[in-house]
Amino acid sequence: MKFAILVFPGSNCDHDCYHVVKHLMGQDAEYVWHKSTSLEGFDCVILPGGFSYGDYLRTGSIARFSPVMAEVERFAGKGGLVLGICNGFQILCEAGILPGVLMRNEGLKFICKGVTVRVENNGTPFTSSYSAGRVLSMPIAHADGNYFADDDTLKALEDNGQIVFRYSTPDGRITPGANPNGSLGNIAGIVNRRGNVLGMMPHPERACEEELGGTDGRGIFESLIKALGR
Amino acid sequence: MKANVYVTLKKGVLDPQGKAVMGALNSISFKEVKDLRIGKFMEIELDADSRDEAERRVEEMCRKLLANPVIEDFKVEIKG
Repeated sequence: MKFAILVFPGSNCDHDCYHVVKHLMGQDAEYVWHKSTSLEGFDCVILPGGFSYGDYLRTGSIARFSPVMAEVERFAGKGGLVLGICNGFQILCEAGILPGVLMRNEGLKFICKGVTVRVENNGTPFTSSYSAGRVLSMPIAHADGNYFADDDTLKALEDNGQIVFRYSTPDGRITPGANPNGSLGNIAGIVNRRGNVLGMMPHPERACEEELGGTDGRGIFESLIKALGR
Repeated sequence: MKANVYVTLKKGVLDPQGKAVMGALNSISFKEVKDLRIGKFMEIELDADSRDEAERRVEEMCRKLLANPVIEDFKVEIKG
């Protein structure tokens, strides 16, 4: 399997993603600069975390006009698997590939800490390695992770099972106290209607090795490889 | 030509920053403040043959980049 790891000016989790895909999962991985106009030959595209264009104007708002984004849209349109993590999620929302928007955290502060999220839908190509309702420990690191969408969009997300992760207590309860950033419905990750594009604020690539504090994020990459192998 | 662009949060979208600033005003004796919303103000200088053209172009800029229609409204004023 060949993974494209997009690099925008200001991406800073690209190397982490590369390391996980290449060295832990043993797959082909290649960095793709944001000016690239081709995703030919890739099986999966990852938009990593970071601060593309310094988060100026709104997070992801400028990166969405990078030339490679037209290719990402085409790739996703053909059913290709696309994973956006943190800033990658923000870019996918700005590009309209995923619905809604990530606003400034309710508490106005940058939050860098471990959280727990519950797997709401394990029927996606990104989560099939997890059991439904499993609680995962992963870090978050963002100032703008407060998911917002209008009522109709939120209802559609719920009805179609597009909410993949919600911030939860360690024992899996969805409570206001478990919500770090004010996200509607404790939403931490969603897929598009077709189910081939996942955006999530927590960092699975930072939770793939015991030495780094846990391996709960590995399932995302294992699920992807399983899905691509079919 | 010059244009002023105001980007504001839509009604119903929470504005924690505005809330915090309002709280600060209330606490330094401006008790009459009942609501406060923070937005963005941009000054744009552009080439255009007419005010209408300038307005049309700046509105297009707002729709494409300067505002996110999911959470924001915008207002354009052409100057000069």
